Amino acid sequence: MTVRSEVSPDGRGLTISVEGRFDFSAHRDFRESYERRNVDPDHYTVDLRETTYLDSSALGMLLLLRDHAGGDAAEVKIVNCNPDVRKILTISNFEQLFDIC
Amino acid sequence: MTNAMRVLIADDNEGDRMLLSAIVRREGHQVISAVDGADALAKFDADAPQIVLLDALMPNVDGFEAAREIKSRTRDSFVPIVFLTSLTEAGELARCLDAGGDDFLSKPYNPIILRAKLAALARMRHLHTTLAAQRDEIAMYNTRLMREQDAAKRIFDRIAHQGCLSTNVINYLMSPLALFNGDVLLAARNPAGNMYIFVGDFTGHGLQASIGAMPLAEIFYGMTPKGFGMCDVVREINRKLKDILPIGYFCCATMIDVSFHKGTVEVWAGGLPDAYLYRAQTAKPTRIGSRHLPLGVVSTERFDASTDVYYLAPGDRILMCTDGVLELRNPGGEMYGTDRLEVLLSSLPPGAPAFERVKAELDQHMGSAGREDDITLVEVTMHDAADVLAPTPDIDQGNAQVAHDWSLVYELKPDSLKHSNPLPILQNVLTEVPALRARSATIFTVLSELYANALEHGVMGLSSDTKTSANGFSRYYRRRAELLDALDAGFVRFELRSRSDADGGRLEIRIIDSGAGFDAHGAAYSESTYHGRGIPLVRDLADSLVFRGNGNDVKAVLCWGKGAGDG
Repeated sequence: MTVRSEVSPDGRGLTISVEGRFDFSAHRDFRESYERRNVDPDHYTVDLRETTYLDSSALGMLLLLRDHAGGDAAEVKIVNCNPDVRKILTISNFEQLFDIC
Repeated sequence: MTNAMRVLIADDNEGDRMLLSAIVRREGHQVISAVDGADALAKFDADAPQIVLLDALMPNVDGFEAAREIKSRTRDSFVPIVFLTSLTEAGELARCLDAGGDDFLSKPYNPIILRAKLAALARMRHLHTTLAAQRDEIAMYNTRLMREQDAAKRIFDRIAHQGCLSTNVINYLMSPLALFNGDVLLAARNPAGNMYIFVGDFTGHGLQASIGAMPLAEIFYGMTPKGFGMCDVVREINRKLKDILPIGYFCCATMIDVSFHKGTVEVWAGGLPDAYLYRAQTAKPTRIGSRHLPLGVVSTERFDASTDVYYLAPGDRILMCTDGVLELRNPGGEMYGTDRLEVLLSSLPPGAPAFERVKAELDQHMGSAGREDDITLVEVTMHDAADVLAPTPDIDQGNAQVAHDWSLVYELKPDSLKHSNPLPILQNVLTEVPALRARSATIFTVLSELYANALEHGVMGLSSDTKTSANGFSRYYRRRAELLDALDAGFVRFELRSRSDADGGRLEIRIIDSGAGFDAHGAAYSESTYHGRGIPLVRDLADSLVFRGNGNDVKAVLCWGKGAGDG
């Protein structure tokens, strides 16, 4: 499991990528990926292209990110989900809270 | 050397003993003298020294024997033993250590070495005492923790797993990963005899996961018997969990309301894997998917309590599970998964009970592999109302003789019709009367059916024609939710009158609505189709049921004792 984060050239967006299993072991790295950056992005993207598995604690981490990004006013996109990951997000109806594509 | 110690010196040679005593005393320690091994053992017991200096060769129990005996009496604490010896042969010195000695001191005594050795032994002693104290403390905490967890678990089990799980309606399997369980399974009857069943899975495992189950169970078991609708219960649970759970923690859940009278199951599903509906007549199971966010994620304003309604005949079943079931791994690490479950369910002959088969296949799949998650599997079977045990009302015979005569008018305007459920309040008032409490299931059914009729067909003008198919049934409830949301005029008025004396009594329930009325006697109430089960049911339960006006004014009468005669 590796978590990488990258600020867009204009400094307005932050992209967080999770490689491997996205579960409780990613907790600290995922949190630090947006808390330790000295930027205040307007929008966030979570790239799950390299994510093989996602569990309920990962859903919790996504909710924490959403809260950090402003709660109901947050702009958080989740992109490049494989079918298994997508299914877990769908069962929990996270498209009601996140922009999933 | 910092702290003074009690030092036992045992030597049969008086000169040596006195010399050593003088040196040790000069170091600030207290000296206890013994003249031989037997004396040393007696003084060891009497004075509890912290260090023992033993001459190896003494009459009446020698040093070796005394050392062994002292060590056997001090298993739990550490009392260093130093042999005083003029022996120099290696084998003899080794014997001293074998007997339990911790060090030697050679004669003639060198005060500098003696002082250094006493200091070193004091440090060893201190270290040992500290370790032993910490070990005892940890053991004590552990014992206490286990005892507390055990007690907490018993309380938790009583709260979270009480209710009516042990009926012919529910088959279930719950296996906790830890002492506590992150899964929750609750079941209770409402006053009309419907069964509410709640299956939940908190994020995480163990204590942190089960803490949220306590308020959840309180709300569920508190509201259900009072007659609140399932939507009210699920909304309240969401509100509470949103309040108390930290962000990122939530509860995936499916809640169902099983009406045996009407043969319907109403489902609210948020975050658990698909449930399956499989019918006694057809083989292929129908998926019931999750439509909502899990509980505790969004605030009440954003919370969606809308439900789906399914029609079930006796013998039709619903299977629900938590994700632990689907993620159960075999020894090769492969998850059980929805595909296997669906293949199994589709392969069963119509009407076959799936629960035992699924359970057996899960055991087989798991083999020798360990479990990673809490798992809960629940099967609910529709029954004829008569085949389900009725809820036992709490009858207080003490006040049964009290005479009373009262009436009550309660009118709901659009805002109240939209946002509140009048039934729990009315039920509460009515069951204050002991004779009525014994009939609370009947009263609740009559009230709720007539209210639903007045609101849906009267105020909102919905036609139950749309309910003629299973699909239409769901459509009907969607349409009902839309109309209710847009409601800006109309009323429903309850007029209740109750009269009783020692010999019996009667309760009149009159409900008037603002609607245009409907055909209360016509084909809309045929009992064989999906719709219109309510009115015939009330007709069965009440002593009389009369529609007046256009059908927007209805009166049901319930009688008991002598009052039954003048209905």
